[in-house]
Amino acid sequence: MRANTWAGRNKVEVRDVPDPKILNRRDAIVRITSTAICGSDLHLVDGYVPTMQDGDVMGHEFMGEVIEVGSGVDPTRLRVGDRVVVPFPIACGACAACAAELYSCCENSNPNAGIAEKMFGHPTAGIFGYSHLTGGFAGGQAQYARVPFADVGPLKIESDLTDEQVLFLSDILPTGYMGAEMCDIQPSDVVAVWGAGPVGQFAMDSARVLGAAKVIAIDKEPYRLQMAERAGHIPVNFDEVDVRSRLLELTGGRGPDKCIDAVGLEATHGSAHIAAYDRIKQAVRSETDRPHALRQAIMSCRSGGVVSVIGVYGGLLDKFPAGAWMNRSLTLRTGQCHVQRYMKPLLQRIERGELDPTRIITHTMPLDDAERGFDIFKNKRENCEKVVLKP
Amino acid sequence: MSLGLGVAQLAAPDTVRRISGVDDSATSRAVVPLVGARELVHAAGLLTSRRKGAWAWTRVAGDAMDLAALGMAMAHRGGSRRRRLLAVTGAVAGITVLDLLTAVQATRTKDIGSAQARGTRKGGSMELTATTTIRKPATEVYAFWRDLENLPTFMAHLEQVRTTGERTSHWTADAPFGKDVGWDAEIVDEVPGDRIAWRSIGNADVPNTGTVRFVPAPDGVSTEVHVALTYDIPGGTIGKAVAKYFGEEPHQQLDDDLRRLKQVLETGEVVRSDGAPWGKQARKEFPQRPAQPLSDAELAKGAQA
Repeated sequence: MRANTWAGRNKVEVRDVPDPKILNRRDAIVRITSTAICGSDLHLVDGYVPTMQDGDVMGHEFMGEVIEVGSGVDPTRLRVGDRVVVPFPIACGACAACAAELYSCCENSNPNAGIAEKMFGHPTAGIFGYSHLTGGFAGGQAQYARVPFADVGPLKIESDLTDEQVLFLSDILPTGYMGAEMCDIQPSDVVAVWGAGPVGQFAMDSARVLGAAKVIAIDKEPYRLQMAERAGHIPVNFDEVDVRSRLLELTGGRGPDKCIDAVGLEATHGSAHIAAYDRIKQAVRSETDRPHALRQAIMSCRSGGVVSVIGVYGGLLDKFPAGAWMNRSLTLRTGQCHVQRYMKPLLQRIERGELDPTRIITHTMPLDDAERGFDIFKNKRENCEKVVLKP
Repeated sequence: MSLGLGVAQLAAPDTVRRISGVDDSATSRAVVPLVGARELVHAAGLLTSRRKGAWAWTRVAGDAMDLAALGMAMAHRGGSRRRRLLAVTGAVAGITVLDLLTAVQATRTKDIGSAQARGTRKGGSMELTATTTIRKPATEVYAFWRDLENLPTFMAHLEQVRTTGERTSHWTADAPFGKDVGWDAEIVDEVPGDRIAWRSIGNADVPNTGTVRFVPAPDGVSTEVHVALTYDIPGGTIGKAVAKYFGEEPHQQLDDDLRRLKQVLETGEVVRSDGAPWGKQARKEFPQRPAQPLSDAELAKGAQA
């Protein structure tokens, strides 16, 4: 089959690889009809996530048709012919983490748990196409994928919604939603979202759906801010204005009640020398993550507020404003999304028309053009917000 | 840093000599690229070797050499060259302190186990302990373990365990543990749902004992599994093979064994991925094959192994 693979730092390559096969009894094989490029794929390509290997099949946002199931898959849960969206964290459904609906912390789905434990203290779940640290599972930017624990994760789509309407249930819609949900939003809340990429856009929409009074989008790409503005959110361009002053102005001097970091470890900064400082520390590995967005969110949030982190961090960071966090009674909440927890309720919100995930799609192209897709997404060319690939 | 310095000294030796204030000496023309080459050896060793501690000490030795050479050079120079030499010597002295700390730390970390499990080697005896929590009742976990023939499904070093009597069994180790190593064992203590203890009997190549305790977890659902194993490692080929098998962090083998026990009991089998397709051998395979599907040939070969 054809598959988009990691080919070294800053390089992806669509290659011919063997078709996937059943390796465990509860596996299914899915023929992929739509897949997408995620912002976190860029962290892999940019070389910030260790344990990638040449030839690793990438991609963790995909959906399609079940064409084969292993002997251990409960037929009342999944059958050949089912149309499914596959959540990015692989979860067994049986361990204590899964029982607590902390699917991205599944205790059984990562065969390389010993390695992950060294890095994170305790291991985390397996993830499709996301380094050997998260298990070494082939990803979904391909014609076919093997899906372990197929009777736990995949969500059956039984209505006639299009792929584009449901594809993002695999990751970014639940991730954005969880970012907003962790904010415990009240009707009087002003919510500020750092990053107007795909996850940021969905965090903004979710904050609105959960009842926020006002939602603010912080980014520097005019086309991304315009996209947020069209959806009813207030744009703040950090290249043009001082974020802190603008946020104080928009909140009557209080600061946003809830702040969402939808940026993560590769943040850019309006001030060139601060950006360079962290970029250099990162390059010489004296910190692995560049936390500008997180620092600014903590400093901006009103006292007693919540800072919710859904942008990806991988290792260590420097100049964490612990003083502001502690002295101003801030609550910091975070997590890789527990996608399985949110798929059904969010599918219902899509069916009811409360959320329209298709609004962020700017490019649809054949899988074979993945390299170009990564290029325009990474370098923000052609006003690229979200690329959907068709195998 | 060895990499950067080495490359600089080999690619631009004259610049390095000027900065160091030894651009007037013919000897330095030969010495600087040589030191550069040595730095690359440090870099290669540090980056590729598993025994980082030893390689860090080679850097300390290199620093001592450099300080001696700089001292000799300084004795013969004055003016701006001497100032430059002083600055470089100061920097090298600083680096030496860092290298020394790193080397001491790297050598020490080897002795420190993870919080989850520890392995200690005193004389010829090695004691390993590990623990995990499994979301199944103690009776079920106990029953699975008591059927000793189940042990090879999750214990990497075991090829087979055959029950030979009510309390006796014959164990065969997998190749990496030492070829054709087999021994008889007997259960010396058992309390259903609570604990099992065993020991090797007869003329075992690697005399060993083991205890596993099953403790109800505070959640009222799960069982804590506490394992302690002791191996009397002999000299000779088998001893070497066993020591090599357990490597520098012996407790990790047992940690991984228990992770697989948890997978088998909670999900039905050992979890496989494209990068680590052969279950029990996941750690041995690192660095792994790429995370892309296996070819039919690879699959057939793996099934035999």
